[in-house]
Amino acid sequence: MIETALTIFETLRPWAGGALCLLGGLLAIIGTVGVLRFPDFYTRLHAASVTDTSAATSLLLGMALLPETTWLIAVKLAAIWVFIFITGPTSTHAAASAAHTAGLQPVIGRVGRRDGDKA
Amino acid sequence: MRLGYLIGLAILLSALWLAFSGLYKPRMLFFGLSSIIICLVLVSRLRLLDREAAPYFRLPVYLSYWVWLMIEILKANWIVIRACLRAELDIQPALVKVATTCRTDLAKTVFANSITLTPGTVTLEVEGDWMLVHGLYEDQTQPEDFIEMDRRSAEAADGRKRETEVAG
Repeated sequence: MIETALTIFETLRPWAGGALCLLGGLLAIIGTVGVLRFPDFYTRLHAASVTDTSAATSLLLGMALLPETTWLIAVKLAAIWVFIFITGPTSTHAAASAAHTAGLQPVIGRVGRRDGDKA
Repeated sequence: MRLGYLIGLAILLSALWLAFSGLYKPRMLFFGLSSIIICLVLVSRLRLLDREAAPYFRLPVYLSYWVWLMIEILKANWIVIRACLRAELDIQPALVKVATTCRTDLAKTVFANSITLTPGTVTLEVEGDWMLVHGLYEDQTQPEDFIEMDRRSAEAADGRKRETEVAG
């Protein structure tokens, strides 16, 4: 019973890993699209944090599932994940705090063409 | 107490070395052991070991907070992804002042970093018991939306007893 489950897992593993890597790449692209589209510095930080969190998680999980990955590599990937999740917000806060201290004013209020103030 | 922290750090460093190295020859093991000892000597001479640097006993609490935070991050990710891909840009950035009940510096750091880690909100400034937060949607970054995160990070990092407060 356990052996069948293990066989099924080993068969599905490369596909799941590949799919998660693909999803991670897609999420990174989505984050980049957001960085390019959003109006000012602070809103762009929000888009970049999608790449920081979900894209990184998905990519690392996908890499851990790829068939070449051994336990040693999986532990290193987990360490990278923890490292990203601790340093990511720290650097984001450093950038945001520097901009705020320097006096960069954020865009406040509704952005977009729905309220019709500007075409 | 200090010796307990030192032993905990030694165990942690050994586990880390064994997990990262993968070369278990005697020479490599000797190098690993000597680097761990040098590390321990440096740490104890620099007096870096205290409750904040060695939170081994609070690990289960941290882990449960981490799991809760992951779910929150997933939910927030979905909102920001939709905002990125919407054909017509429709966001409503806002600056909000959020009060915190966290006492220690560690708890404040955990809370501020959790806010920044969650897509859609970034901590700009920490001033005493107040944090200036920039959010992507005004209706989702009201001060009351952060109450639960504040409570949970205070419980995770401060502990309920709050006996060892850091002054100032």
